[in-house]
Amino acid sequence: MIELAGLTKRYGDKVAVNNLTFTVRPGIVTGFLGPNGAGKSTTMRMMLGLDRPTAGDVRIDGRHYDQLRDPLKYIGALLDAKAVHGGRSAFNHLLCLAQSNGIPRARVHEVLDTVGLTAVARKKAKGFSLGMGQRLGIAGALLGDPQILMFDEPVNGLDPEGIHWIRNLMKSLAAQGRTVFVSSHLMSEMALTADHLVVIGQGRLLADTSMADFIAQNSRSYVRIRTPQEDRLAEVLRQNGMTVVHNGSGTLEVDGGKSERIGELAARHEVVLHELSPQQASLEEAFMQLTAESVEYHAHSEAPPEQPPQGWGQSWRKEG
Amino acid sequence: MATTQVLRSEWTKIRSVASTVWTLSLAVVVTVALGVLISLLSRHEYDNLDRDDRLSFDPTFISFAGMSLGQLAMIVFGVLVVSNEYSTGMIRTSLAAVPQRATFLGGKIAVATGLALLVGLVTSFIAFFLGQAMLGEYKAHLGDEGVLRAVIGGGLYMALIALLSMGVAAMLRSPMLSLGILMPFLFLVSPHPRQRPRHQEGRPLSARPGRQQDHAGGHPGGQRHPLRPLGRARDHGAVGDCRPGGRFRPAEEAGRVSAADFARS
Repeated sequence: MIELAGLTKRYGDKVAVNNLTFTVRPGIVTGFLGPNGAGKSTTMRMMLGLDRPTAGDVRIDGRHYDQLRDPLKYIGALLDAKAVHGGRSAFNHLLCLAQSNGIPRARVHEVLDTVGLTAVARKKAKGFSLGMGQRLGIAGALLGDPQILMFDEPVNGLDPEGIHWIRNLMKSLAAQGRTVFVSSHLMSEMALTADHLVVIGQGRLLADTSMADFIAQNSRSYVRIRTPQEDRLAEVLRQNGMTVVHNGSGTLEVDGGKSERIGELAARHEVVLHELSPQQASLEEAFMQLTAESVEYHAHSEAPPEQPPQGWGQSWRKEG
Repeated sequence: MATTQVLRSEWTKIRSVASTVWTLSLAVVVTVALGVLISLLSRHEYDNLDRDDRLSFDPTFISFAGMSLGQLAMIVFGVLVVSNEYSTGMIRTSLAAVPQRATFLGGKIAVATGLALLVGLVTSFIAFFLGQAMLGEYKAHLGDEGVLRAVIGGGLYMALIALLSMGVAAMLRSPMLSLGILMPFLFLVSPHPRQRPRHQEGRPLSARPGRQQDHAGGHPGGQRHPLRPLGRARDHGAVGDCRPGGRFRPAEEAGRVSAADFARS
C-alpha cells in the first residue's frame, strides 16, 4: 500500500505537485493519469525518495522509503528505462541491483526469463531497442519479488505484442494481491488495464475513483443528426423535451435522446434526415474534458501552419 | 542496509564496465613504460652530468617519472566511476535500490579507492623494479633507506589522486566538468618540475637550512639536457606535488647523505 498525504513539490515558483492525498491499494491495478507535465513522474520520484517533497508525506506500507531495509523487496519501480549504464550487460545491471539488496543471483536469471531477455543477457544495454530497455527496466522492478510495483509509462516504445504482455503482466500481478501503480497519459490504455483511477492535472488531484464509476460519470451518450431542415427539427425536438445542440454544417447533437424516438418525430413532422446515429463519447474525450483547464502545454490548432519552404535547396542555403 | 551488500554491488558495477579496465590498464602501462624509458635514458646520460646533478641523482624518483602522465588515467578512472552514474541516469536506479546516500556513495568510493590502491601499488612496484633494472649500476635497492616507503607512497599517491577525482566528480556530477577542472589543476597549477624557479648559483649551502635541494647547491643553467629536471626529486618539494621522491643515492657519493637529511625532506 502506498499512502500520499498532502504531498507537495515546488520548484521555485512553479508548483509541480500540489497537495496530493490518495492511497494506492493492493490487489488492483491503479492507473495514474494526467497530461504531460501534470506531475506524474515527480510524484513517482517522491514515492521512491528520489525527490524530496516540499511538504507532505509518502509512506510505503507505513514507512518512508529510506527506512525500508532492502527496498527492492518491498517496491519495484520502472521509472525510466534509460536509467541504465549502457556499457553494462543486462545480466550485470540486474546483478548489481540484486546484490545491493541481498537478492540471490538465481533470481536474476528468473526475471530475465520472465521478461524474455535471456538470449541477450550478456549483451550491453546500449544496444537495446526501446522495447528491450523497457523489458530490462521491468525485470529490475520484479527483481525483489515486491508486493508493490510501480511503472511509469510502461507501454512507451513497446510493439503491440509487448503492450499486450505488459497489460497481462500488470493484471496478473494485481491478481496475486500485489499493489500495482501505473502511470500513463493515454486514457484508452488505462481503460484496458486499470481498476482504479487517479487523475491529476497541473499537480492537483482531479479524480480518485474506480474505473467503472469514471466511465459511468464521464461517458456521454448522444444522438447525432444531419438534416437540411435543421431549425425545424431542433424546434420539434425541444418541444418534446430534448436538449439540442447545434453543431454547425447541419449537424445536431441530442443529449440522452433515443434515436428511435427522434426518427419517429422526424417522420411525423416530415423532416428529411441524412443521418441519425447514436454516439458514445470516448473516455479519451472525457479525460480531455476533465483535464482541459489543467493542460500545461496546449497545442494551438488555430495557429497558422508554417510556411512550407519554397524549394529544397533554398531553405538551408539561407541559414548557411 | 548491510554495507557488505553495497560493497558487493559496487564491485559488480566497477568490474562490469569497460572504462575501468581501460583507464586502469592505461595508468599501469603509461607509468611503467615511461618510467622504463626515462630510466634507460638517465643511465646513459649519467656520465654527462656535472657534480651537482650527480649528487642529486635520484634513481627511485627517476623510475617514477611516468607517474606524471599515468596519474591522468587515474583521474579519468576516478571521475568516470562516479560521474557515470549521473551521465547515464543509472543514479536513479541505484538510489532506488540503496536509498541511504552515505552508504551508497561510501561503498562506491571505498571499492573504487581500494581498487585504485591495489593497481597503484602494483604499478609503483613494477615501475620501480623495471626502472632500477634499466638504471643498471646506478640503481637503488628496495632495502635502501626510504626506498620502500617511497614505492608504497607512489601507490598511495595514485589511489589518493583517484579519490580526489571521485570527490570532485561527486560534487560536479558531470564527467566533462570534472575532467576540465582536474586535468588543468593537476597538470598546470600543480608545479611542474620544469616550471619550478631555480635558485641561484653559488648560493651558500647554509642559506636555506632544512631544504634538501640545497645539498646539491646551485643548478646553473638547468637546460643542459632535457632529462635533468626529472632527475631531481630533491628540489621538488613545492606545494601540491606529492609525488614520491626516492632516496638520495648516487653510487659514488652515497656516504655523504645521512638519514637525518632524508628525514627533513
